[in-house]
Formats: sequence, structure tokens, C-alpha cells
Amino acid sequence: MANNSKLDSNQPAISVSKLVKRFGDFEAVKGVEFEVGQAEVFGFLGPNGAGKSTTINMLCTLLKPTSGVATVAGYDVVRERDDVRRHIGLVFQDPTLDGYLTAAQNLKLHAELYGVPSNLVQPRMEQVLKMVGLWDRKDGTVSSFSGGMRRRLEIARGLMHSPRVLFLDEPTIGLDPQTRRSIWGYIRELQQREEITIFMTTHYMDEAEWCDRIAIMDSGQIVALDTPQALRAGVGTDRVTIQTDDNDATIQALRERFDVDGKLSEGAVSFGVPAGEQFVPRLFAELGLPIRGVSVSRPSLDDVFMSFTGSTIRDAEEDPAKTRNRAMLQMMGGRR
Amino acid sequence: MSTTSQAPVQQPASSGSEPIEIVRVSVPKRSARSELRAIKIVWRRELIRFANDRIRIVTMLVQPFMYLFVLGAGLQSLSRAGTHGVNFKTFIYPGILCMVVMFTAMFSAASIVWDREFGFLREMMVAPVRRSSIVIGKCLGVATVASAQGLIVLAIAGLVHVPYNVGLILGVLALQMLLAFAIGAFGLCVAIRIKQMQSFMGVMQMVVMPMYFISGAMFPASGLPGWLTVLNRLDPLAYAVDPMRRLVFSKLHISPLARHVLDPGLTWWGWHVPALLEAGVVFALGLVFLSLAIWQFSATE
Repeated sequence: MANNSKLDSNQPAISVSKLVKRFGDFEAVKGVEFEVGQAEVFGFLGPNGAGKSTTINMLCTLLKPTSGVATVAGYDVVRERDDVRRHIGLVFQDPTLDGYLTAAQNLKLHAELYGVPSNLVQPRMEQVLKMVGLWDRKDGTVSSFSGGMRRRLEIARGLMHSPRVLFLDEPTIGLDPQTRRSIWGYIRELQQREEITIFMTTHYMDEAEWCDRIAIMDSGQIVALDTPQALRAGVGTDRVTIQTDDNDATIQALRERFDVDGKLSEGAVSFGVPAGEQFVPRLFAELGLPIRGVSVSRPSLDDVFMSFTGSTIRDAEEDPAKTRNRAMLQMMGGRR
Repeated sequence: MSTTSQAPVQQPASSGSEPIEIVRVSVPKRSARSELRAIKIVWRRELIRFANDRIRIVTMLVQPFMYLFVLGAGLQSLSRAGTHGVNFKTFIYPGILCMVVMFTAMFSAASIVWDREFGFLREMMVAPVRRSSIVIGKCLGVATVASAQGLIVLAIAGLVHVPYNVGLILGVLALQMLLAFAIGAFGLCVAIRIKQMQSFMGVMQMVVMPMYFISGAMFPASGLPGWLTVLNRLDPLAYAVDPMRRLVFSKLHISPLARHVLDPGLTWWGWHVPALLEAGVVFALGLVFLSLAIWQFSATE
């Protein structure tokens, strides 16, 4: 690798051990531990206030950990702060572009601030701008850009100095689904082309599918960490939904004949079984009641989240206790 | 331990059509040179923004010109007896030369509040450079912008019967730069802790206007009531206004009496403070404010 990182190929890109962050009496991050491999896309999931941003801020040297150790690109985030900074790119939740300057001026300023050799600034800028599809807009003033374009430009800027690890804090927040999809397309492509490690947070469950591995964070702790597939398989049940004329009789029949607990929601009966497709033929043969329609769905990451935290991600966000924590965090600048 | 992804890779529209050449770069270790470079970059950004913002260039001139031409002309008839034949506009001109620099420097320093609000400050703060380099670059940028604005007011000297003289122009410029630096540092010191622009405007009203009025920019700093004399000697701006006036008046052809009344010079317990010492006071204050600003900025976040 051309970059002067002291990382060799079998070391993890990020390694975190017993990391704790306290704001006064409030423990925002409660001793998390994990490793992220090189060239991995690692997702950090959880509701607002779960401690995702606090963790990411510690990893990118913006916050000092209360205790614990973290290394990024082989450097300690406290003792070798500047070395960490030289090897990471950051895309924040809130925009940090200079709206008065053009796209190219923003990138140039960044490259110079990081000390990118001046003869490489122009070619590197061309590459990253082409990657995010903004090369033809390089002389446009940032204030005239749409939300999606700005986010793409921020990603391009975060890559200007060829970082080993790119941190993305809620990179798609506030964007429409189509723009979110295309941002993800760019991120995956970048990761492949640049062989870069991507560490990102999100609270959109569907986005976790784009990650190689995900960690689910809740109330300052990591409650699950695996590939999205493995996590979904871990939930173990498919969701079967059937439409019938007599829902009450169906629920009763399900309990008597198959020993499953059907629930009525939105005019249909649904329940979880380990292998949905194999179950359906049995259902038709043995239920003894007319079935008008049936659907089987694989567990979603929402189900995964639910199985680990006992609430859906939206409920978790509306939990008053969590809201209080969040307010507290904001008060103490924990999200900054 | 790169695992292959199961996620559908959607090809962005722009790629695929042409191969993009990968250019890898590396970031050098931090050094004195990288700090100097950071200072230069932050400084240059201020200049780019100033040059792009023509409206600000114009609006920052409105207030000084109002004082000079409206207030100056309006008070001319009242003050005629007191100024011993010197045009009132000419009398307040040195004060206006300071005023434009002071106001521009304060407002430009306030841009750090915008930078914070719009997030750009964060981009600079996570770069592998010292916080002090950011503050120094910002301060020098603010000082340059304010001096440039001062140059515009200097250019109209002829309109208020002040001759264009090389020594005068260079001297005024030097004083303006000094003042721009000191006020820039002071402004940053105030602005660094402030999170919202409205609060800064409040501070401006509470600090800048009194500082300007007390400095003696609009009246001679002698024969004042005791309390005002004390405040005047404590006002940093007074140490820029006085040498500025001495400099401008040294090139005017006016009666000794007028000179004595209008340009009495600043005194400490009856001792006339030399212009060079006054400039030194301004510079020293600038350094103190800059250190304070750096210290505050390093302490945040």
C-alpha cells in the first residue's frame, strides 16, 4: 500500500477494548469491545442516543475516552492522535462544507490542510470527484448543491488524502430513498477500488444490509455483532402471514394443530416459524380452514434488532428514558 | 479478513463508462512546515471569502461613511468655533480610518461563529494540525481583510482635505494593519466561545460601540471629565486613534493653536506617550488577545 501507515496486512484496521465514555454521571458508552478488519464495511446500528456517535467521535479523536484503549490504522487514538488523523477520513452527520467555496476549492483546501503533495492534488481530486459523479460540477458553488450532492462531495473530500479508514456518521440521514441507494452504491465502489475500511453508523435498518458486518448498539453496549445474514439467521424464524375469513378460528386452529401463536395484525393472522416455505404446504393440508392468501417473509434486521433489544428501533427511540439520555447527551455536547 | 458482501452493488451512473485512474497520496507527519502551511491555508480562505462577498465590502463601508460625511457635515457648523478653522470631517478622519478597520475586523472575526454553525470549523479541527495554527491563520486573515477595507477609506483622503503623501499613506497602512491584527485577535477571543450569531451581535453592541466612542475617535482626548479620561486611557482603541491622528495632522497645514486643541496627544499622568509606544501597546494587546484566543480554542471540545 502506498500509504505510510504502520499497519501490516493482518492487523485489524480498528481495535477497541473496554472503551468507556462518561459524561458526568451518565455513562454513554459502557465498555465496548470489537475489531474491524481491513477493507471491511462495518456498520454501527442503534437508535439515537445508543452511544454510536460518542463511540465514533472517540475513534476519530474528537472525544477523549474516559477509559479503555482504541487503535485506528494501528495508532492509539489518545497517544498518537495526529497519526490517527492522518490516516482517517471523516464524513459527519452535519454538513461541514464551506458553502461559499466551489466543490474544487473545498477539496483543495482539505488536501492542503492535510499536506497532500501539491502535484498530486489535481489528479487525486479528479479521481475522487469522478468516483462520486461530481467531476463536471467541480466549479459549482457548494451552496447551489442539493443535499445528496453535498453528501457525495463530503465523501469525496473525506477521501482526498487516501485515508485507510473512512468514518461515516449517518451518511444518508435526511436523504430520499433513491439518493440513499446511490450513496451506498458509491460507498461500496469506493471500498472496492480503494481497499479502504469503512466504519459507519446508521439507524436505518435496511441500510445495514450493505455492510459486511454490523454491530447493534443499545444503551451504550454492543448487544450483537455479526454479518447481517448470520444475525438474521440467528433470529431463526420466518414470518408467515395468512388471510382467512375467520381469523379467530384460524388462531385457535393454529394453536391446536401446530402449537404456534398467531397474532392478528392489519386484518391478517401472522406468526413465526423456523422454516416458512416448508411450513406452508403443511398449513394448507392440515389447517382445515379456507385460506385466501399467504405470504412468507425472511426476518428483517428490524426483527434482529427486536430480538436483541426487545423493542423496534423506532420504539426504542420513543422510549422516554432514552429520550432523556439523548437530551442529556446533547446538553453535554456528547454528539459533537 | 475481508468478507465478501451479499449486498447488491448498484453501479453508480457515472462509473463504468470510463475507467477512473486511482491516485494514491500520503499525508506527511506533522512538522513546523505543515503548521505554516495550515496558517497560510486558513488565511487564504478568509481572503477568498472576502473577495467573493462583494456585498460585505460595500456594507462595511456604510457606517464609516455615514459618520464621516453625514455626521461630519452635520456637526461642521456647530464645531466651527472649536476646531479653529479645521474642517470637522478632517478632524474625525483619523478616527474613521480606525473605525473601518475595527468594525471589519470584529465582523470578520465573527465568521468563526458561522464556521461553527455551518460545521466548517469541525473540518478544520479534525485535520492533523495544531489548533493554534487555525487561530493564527484566522487572525491574520481577518487582519488582512480589515486592512484592505481600511485601504478603501484611505483612498478617499482627498475628499476630506488630507494630502496624499507617501509617508502618510505608509504610516496609516502600518497602523491599520497593527490595529486590524489586535482587534482581529480580540474579536476571535470573544467569538470563539460563542455558539450563535445573535449572541455575537449583542456582544458587538455592548463592547464595540462603547470602545469606539470612548477611544476619542470623535473628540480630542484632553480636557475630558475624570471618569471619561480613565476609561479613555483603558480603551485599547485609544492607542491606535491617537498615533493615527498625530500622523494625519503632521501633514496638515493648520495653525499651532488648532493643532494644540485638536491633537493634544495621549498622556499618562501628564506624560505624553510617544506614538511608537502607543503602537507597541496595540501590538502587545494583540498578542495577549491572540494567546487568549488560542488557549480558549484549544480548551474547547
